[in-house]
Amino acid sequence: MKTSKILLGLATIALVSGAIIAADHIDAPDVKGGTSDITDFYAFEGANSSNLVFVANVQGLISPENSSSAKFDKNVMIEFNIDTNNDNIEDYVIQAIPNGDNMEIYGPAVPNETGVNSTMLDAKFKSSVAITAYGTTQIEATVNTSLVSGVKAFAGLRDDPFFMDFAKYSEIIAGEATAFDNPGTDTFAGTNVLSVVVEVPKTMIGGTGTINTWVTTKRKQ
Amino acid sequence: MIRKITTIGCMLLIAAVSFNCSNDDNNNMEIETKAVFALEDQMGRPAVNTVFVSSASKDAFNTTIPSEQGAVFSAMFKTNLEALSPAFNESTDTNALGQDATAFTNLLATDVLNVSLDGTTTFYDGTNLLTGRALTDDVITTELLLIFGGEDFSENPTLSDDHVDANDKEFLSEFPYLASPW
Repeated sequence: MKTSKILLGLATIALVSGAIIAADHIDAPDVKGGTSDITDFYAFEGANSSNLVFVANVQGLISPENSSSAKFDKNVMIEFNIDTNNDNIEDYVIQAIPNGDNMEIYGPAVPNETGVNSTMLDAKFKSSVAITAYGTTQIEATVNTSLVSGVKAFAGLRDDPFFMDFAKYSEIIAGEATAFDNPGTDTFAGTNVLSVVVEVPKTMIGGTGTINTWVTTKRKQ
Repeated sequence: MIRKITTIGCMLLIAAVSFNCSNDDNNNMEIETKAVFALEDQMGRPAVNTVFVSSASKDAFNTTIPSEQGAVFSAMFKTNLEALSPAFNESTDTNALGQDATAFTNLLATDVLNVSLDGTTTFYDGTNLLTGRALTDDVITTELLLIFGGEDFSENPTLSDDHVDANDKEFLSEFPYLASPW
């Protein structure tokens, strides 16, 4: 592999990738730096293996200095989408929306509609947890209706769990470097994000097999 | 006449709320004030929009539902992958999963995270692949290896690992799993 070929490829990366971006941090012009900007999405088995955990992070690169003023947007719903029959259309959703000092979690439940527009699930699927204020002990006491008993939630600031030498990646695509450093430097070290963590019994989202899942942010119209 | 009045009542409400008028046996009208929330950002696998979507299409990718993304974006993904990576500069090239550029980009263009409900959940742990995404998974190096590493992860070694292998704070073993803020 000739260096010139690699450099050509890297020059093209710069064209393809455009501006500074990472896992999904500031990934596109319309959401960049706004209250609906998703930075990351995780889905993994809980400490209790009967449960699955969903994590959505928004509004990345929050410094400790700016953390006490960071807050969720009351007009932005964070929605976890769950497809259980491999057609990439949501069969269940979990919706998170701030209400005063609380984060309200609706579902998992069959959505009222699928696609680009959503309405809130019925209140009979509601859980609620107080949003943890910056610098205070994490709150995870979740109040559930009977239909969503077993759902546990957290909402508040966390360390950004994403790690990457994004600065070096940027230099490489800009043609200012030709290799990553070893060891690299975590560009996201020391920064916070606003996190919503929801742990649900697997029985509420299909029980067994493989699901396809994705997170969306949707703004109240 | 009652039905007519019901219909007018519904029409008056259209502007303010989405509604649900049901004519049940008693001709009662149920109204639900349901605000509509419209899609702004979405994400399945990490860094997909970042790496594979051309600048002018990034907003469109975020607002195209996953079931329609493949048809719209697969060709763009393949073009961009082949331009991006020397490991895909010949038609016979594959990644370490044995996927050629078409197969690899067809997978990625539908941006959903595949998650197993039956066991280990990881993006890649050396054994299991695409069964979820755990906090400790080094997803960027996995993606760099699949993009630049060629058939056996050995190609372009200076580009296939950013050498940041773990988070700056230790994760929790229990809920809420993410580390406390700085």
